[in-house]
Amino acid sequence: MSTATLQPSYDDKSYNYKVVRQFAIMAVVWGVVGMAVGLLIASQMVFPELNLGLPWTSFGRLRPLHTNAVIFAFGGCVLFATSYYIVQRTCQATLAMPGLAAFTFWGWQLVIVAAAITLPMGITSSKEYAELEWPIDILIAVVWVSYALVFFGTIMKRKSRHIYVANWFFGAFIITVAVLHIVNSASLPVSLTKSYSAYAGAMDAMIQWWYGHNAVGFFLTAGFLGMMYYFVPKQAERPVYSYRLSIVHFWALVAIYIWAGPHHLHYTALPDWAQSLGMVMSLVLLAPSWGGMINGIMTLSGAWHKLRTDPILRFLVVSLSFYGMSTFEGPMMAIKTVNALSHYTDWTIGHVHSGALGWVAMVSFGSLYHLIPRLYGKEQMFSVSLINAHFWLATIGTVLYIVAMWVNGITQGLMWRAVNEDGTLTYSFIESVEASGFGYIVRAIGGAFFVLGMLIMAYNVYRTASESKEQSPQKKSLELNPTTAPVEGR
Amino acid sequence: MDINTIRGLATLVALIAFLSVVFWAYSSRRKGDFEEAASLPFADDPQEGAVNTDATGSHRETHKNSRKRGVA
Repeated sequence: MSTATLQPSYDDKSYNYKVVRQFAIMAVVWGVVGMAVGLLIASQMVFPELNLGLPWTSFGRLRPLHTNAVIFAFGGCVLFATSYYIVQRTCQATLAMPGLAAFTFWGWQLVIVAAAITLPMGITSSKEYAELEWPIDILIAVVWVSYALVFFGTIMKRKSRHIYVANWFFGAFIITVAVLHIVNSASLPVSLTKSYSAYAGAMDAMIQWWYGHNAVGFFLTAGFLGMMYYFVPKQAERPVYSYRLSIVHFWALVAIYIWAGPHHLHYTALPDWAQSLGMVMSLVLLAPSWGGMINGIMTLSGAWHKLRTDPILRFLVVSLSFYGMSTFEGPMMAIKTVNALSHYTDWTIGHVHSGALGWVAMVSFGSLYHLIPRLYGKEQMFSVSLINAHFWLATIGTVLYIVAMWVNGITQGLMWRAVNEDGTLTYSFIESVEASGFGYIVRAIGGAFFVLGMLIMAYNVYRTASESKEQSPQKKSLELNPTTAPVEGR
Repeated sequence: MDINTIRGLATLVALIAFLSVVFWAYSSRRKGDFEEAASLPFADDPQEGAVNTDATGSHRETHKNSRKRGVA
């Protein structure tokens, strides 16, 4: 390794960890909230009475609250925390514009609180994953531009000549999300709480899903790949398998993802050529996705034994396995004939959650477990065995969830398309709902496993953060001595 | 010009762009640069070696451990 040319003038105080800490803690808080709401609405599918008969707690209003909370509150806070941490450490520079960085934290929390108030009230623009009304959209745009200024300002201060690949992914994510959000949220306000899209008809649908799929491609993929390219090498204690592959991975991924949106609109009023384009580009997307997954997993070559004892590394590697699985499933579902079976069924929900729970949440857990002790001057989390418990709960929960949705989705798709000899439908819709009952129970159990894991994480993080405050700096430096540190293992 | 000619040319341009990135990334002149870049996560490592070995139970990274003493 040619680290000799990069000897740092290292001093922990030279980094701005305050905003990273704030975002990391709030990621855990919003993770608990968002996933608990998800469990509630999954349980409503088993026990409809759980909607309490109130409009504010009905499925239709809580579902966007769940998606916004887990994607933008949990996922967003993880992205802010890790990108601010990684950009400082790989550029060996403190955050540019610390005041603006603090504004991104408080501004983003304000967006989340506003979402948590308006969505249950039924105030929505009705665009999926972009439900928030125009005043909140403007606040998001202001916070996001500030985020871009802080991030790229820090990159400009870097000591090394090269910009590390993780920062390329974060940079692409920040720029693309700014463009997607501003274009898709363009609307004509008629009052403080109601607006109409600036686009009409099939064009509106296409812009919505250009936004929607790239929210997946850039918000939930590119940013988290940036985390993968930093935390997997750090936790495995070796550089990424192939830096060259990471460059091809980056350019291929960002160039292709942007075209995949039309696969959400197969067999709709969208022109056929646009549907076919979306399908082909989705299929091509398999190549860069798997290139990145292989690059991450192969980083462990020669260090596989660490998986036996290190649950953090296990989180990271299993997240990559789920990433590979869902980026295979996605292109397959984008094929029009497969989509004819899967679309509008629970298979889609299962696919989203194999990505969201298996990939996004697990890579976030692994990254936060690596990050949080370092932010509080400790060498590891309060309890490594609780990390391990969380790992198994999360893995089992994800598998239960996606298997239940596969079974439900294929059942529903086959029942809806079944016709009698005279051409009439074999099953009524309610019969397919009845057939899905058991799957909803299994899904709720899987979700409960996942939420329980998240609660264990919250406790572990709380103990890690609160205990470090009682320690003096001298005691901390003593504890960093590896010979006195406890060795965790089984 | 026929629209299909433009479509064909766009495909060609995309192919050339992709191959250019591949050749650029895999050219031997870039090797040193990329090795340096790949080591950037470890460039500010004084305390890192100890942290990771604790979690993994491995004590092989002695050169890193010896460097971390400077951290207060």
